[in-house]
Amino acid sequence: MSTETTTPAKPARTSRQRLGQFLSDNGALVGLVVVVVAMFIATPDFLTTTNLLNVGVQAAVVAILAFGMTYVIVAAGIDLSVGSVAALSAVSAGWIVGQGMPGALGLVAGPLVGLLAGLLSGLATAYGKLPSFIATLAMLSVARGLTLVISGGRPQSMPDEISWLGSRVLGVPVPILVTLVMFAITAFVLNRTVFGRSLYAVGGNEEAARLSGLAVKKLTAAVFALSGLYAGIAGMVLAGRLSSAQPQAAVGYELDAIAAVVIGGASLSGGQGRATGTLIGALVLAVIRNGLNLLNVSSFWQQVVIGLVIALAVGIDVLRRKTS
Amino acid sequence: MTTSEHPLLQLKGVGKRFGGVVALRDVDLSVRAGQVQVLLGENGAGKSTLVKMIAGVHEPDTGSIEIDGRPVRITSTRDAESHGIATIHQELNLVPTLSVAENITLGRTPSRLGLVDRRGMRKLAQEALDRIGLSVDLDRKVGTLGIARQQLVEIAKALSVDARILILDEPTAALTRTEIAQLFTVVNQLRDHGVGMVFISHHLDEIAEIGDTVTVLRDGAFVDEVPASTPEPELIRLMVGRSIEQLFPRRRPDLGEVLLQVKGLSSEGRFDDVSLQVRRGEVVGLAGLVGAGRTELLRAISGADNYDSGTVAVGGRQVPRHDVAAGVALGLGHVPEDRKTQGLVLGASVEDNVGYATLRSHARGPLADLAGQRRRAHQVSEQLRIRLNDVRQPVRSLSGGNQQKVVFGRWTLAGSQVLLLDEPTRGVDVGAKVEIYELINAVTEAGGAVLLASSELPEVLGMSDRILVMAGGRIVGELTADEATQDSVMSLAVKEVESTRVH
Ligand SMILES: Nc1ncnc2c1ncn2[C@@H]1O[C@H](COP(=O)(O)OP(=O)(O)OP(=O)(O)O)[C@@H](O)[C@H]1O
Ligand SMILES: [Mg+2]
Repeated sequence: MSTETTTPAKPARTSRQRLGQFLSDNGALVGLVVVVVAMFIATPDFLTTTNLLNVGVQAAVVAILAFGMTYVIVAAGIDLSVGSVAALSAVSAGWIVGQGMPGALGLVAGPLVGLLAGLLSGLATAYGKLPSFIATLAMLSVARGLTLVISGGRPQSMPDEISWLGSRVLGVPVPILVTLVMFAITAFVLNRTVFGRSLYAVGGNEEAARLSGLAVKKLTAAVFALSGLYAGIAGMVLAGRLSSAQPQAAVGYELDAIAAVVIGGASLSGGQGRATGTLIGALVLAVIRNGLNLLNVSSFWQQVVIGLVIALAVGIDVLRRKTS
Repeated sequence: MTTSEHPLLQLKGVGKRFGGVVALRDVDLSVRAGQVQVLLGENGAGKSTLVKMIAGVHEPDTGSIEIDGRPVRITSTRDAESHGIATIHQELNLVPTLSVAENITLGRTPSRLGLVDRRGMRKLAQEALDRIGLSVDLDRKVGTLGIARQQLVEIAKALSVDARILILDEPTAALTRTEIAQLFTVVNQLRDHGVGMVFISHHLDEIAEIGDTVTVLRDGAFVDEVPASTPEPELIRLMVGRSIEQLFPRRRPDLGEVLLQVKGLSSEGRFDDVSLQVRRGEVVGLAGLVGAGRTELLRAISGADNYDSGTVAVGGRQVPRHDVAAGVALGLGHVPEDRKTQGLVLGASVEDNVGYATLRSHARGPLADLAGQRRRAHQVSEQLRIRLNDVRQPVRSLSGGNQQKVVFGRWTLAGSQVLLLDEPTRGVDVGAKVEIYELINAVTEAGGAVLLASSELPEVLGMSDRILVMAGGRIVGELTADEATQDSVMSLAVKEVESTRVH
């Protein structure tokens, strides 16, 4: 309980504390540099423009999901539904266009479906008093089920307006552009807005936030709605890249998104986390996947490596908590 | 116990720094068997840091610790226990989701064949509670108890191990006279058994009552060691480096119209049919024993908790029930009883913490006014003399009393008209108390109203213009500042408890 109970022993203290401080401020960045250098040494194919853009595209969907997840985790919640919600959004957009509606409407409707799904999880958490883990676990199942119902289990083709998200503008893949825009929005909202600043209070100590007059319930509901909206946008990007909405798309992506946020230095107990960290976290995951692909490491082993990276990141998190 | 020539415990020239902050430098302290050594110093003087070295929480950077004349290293709580050291920390160390019995026996839960021996556990716990005269359900979750009862559980826990050295870091801060008297009875018994104790308190009257010698610290340095019988003004002078004329500098402005109006407020099991009013310029004190319902009442008025019936109005405008934000907008400011769990986001910075209530009101549209938040945080920390290095440092790293000032600072910034103060000076040093009292004066002089609940009777008597006595969830009496004395208040508070107890 006491927060100051774990100062390490005297002689090692300063060096360990400095190291801990450095890692805590720049841990994710250091990690990113390390994996980039490692991949470069392992395979010269890694550091080519084509491949780097590839990494960016591969990181895009998880990064966008993770930006939404950052709000949730800062507010001391968790959103397990984002992968399913992304798929539901994409399939819904495909279905709407399939009904003869214009493609642009599909492009708008997809993210709105995500927003709605997130809002429902948020209301269940904030007002229904369900733990967010449970509310979003339920949404994970509901959204995936609806995805299959709407699509009948078949891929939905995408109109040009959505497929455009898989193209390039001035040589830069659109998914990367969308990611950068979402990053900027997230960083801005978290750092500069009343909403964002309030989330750190809610996540740090909900009761103190409430007694200060912050509207904790509304904030909580809004956080999940936002995460749903981001998931919807991620779903559009994913469908655009593939030019179709797959009902089994993005399965398990929620775990990558959570991993990206945690690698980025957020704490699952809330009150901490930054958009920059999350972006770096998503890049770390993408670089590792990409590099292992280039090295022809089987996808089975890739799972093992990713798992170890997450454990390492959380280990650094623990070290940080001890030294600060 | 034999009295050897060596002190039981001796610290020689110990020092400790946290990053750039020197918390302690070159401090000596000794405790003999059967001695109560008082540590006195302002908030942030380094008292807790010192006792944490004995308790195995921090290791000294410099200097040494000796027990029975032999140098020791105490690197963990476990080490401390093995040397017979028990500690009551300033910030409670209880697990809120575990029962009273489980908390008291935590770490030495009696077991048989690897199974928890529930009978044995309850017996141990009951004995510990009986010792300090606390009657509370052993199976109740600690988190559901008020702060005073939690403090008593913590004390019972520390007393239930057979310690040779007992450290009490502000054990009385949350208690009323009755419980303090009980605690002191136990302390006296322990003294007779040769236990050496280190006692920290900001209540100066307790020093002569229970202490033998007083070690004074200022800004992390040893100032003097004096007998506990030293007169209070002299102790204050040693502690803050100047004398303080008036401990309760209440200035009564002319009263204006009624600002806070509470009518027939009831909440099942908490309080019943409470009506009161506070005028502009007035400080109304709420006195009562632990469990009288003061905290519950203040929480309901502020909107923190719901209530069953009744109304609350500020300046004639009704405050919607259970809506803190609406209350804040109408000018209510609530300093809750426990800063750690209710008042502060410990991991967040000082500037964030003082700014939560003004985050929205100072915003431009959806944009937070970050530069302004920082500027105001600087202002308010200077105004309240909050001791810190940087407004961006986490509140967690401030000393207890300075943390309390941060909560107060939030409402100073919000310009709250009606302050609901629940133990506003708990753990605050004499000098800072006077500063907080001056803030209360400033609020009332500016036409504000203050409802002040405090277990420290001299504070209620010294700062209130009118005193309401609560017992068993009801207001059982009203006294003017002139007619109120400790005895008249206590007799009201105690008399009613026997008959009508909602709690
Ligand atoms: N873990 C920490 N990290 C950084 N600074 C700390 C830490 N613990 C204490 N300090 C600083 O050390 C100084 C002494 O703090 P300490 O808690 O010992 O004061 P105290 O005398 O117990 O005060 P109070 O009466 O308010 O409880 C303060 O300036 C405080 O901010
Ligand atoms: Mg202290």
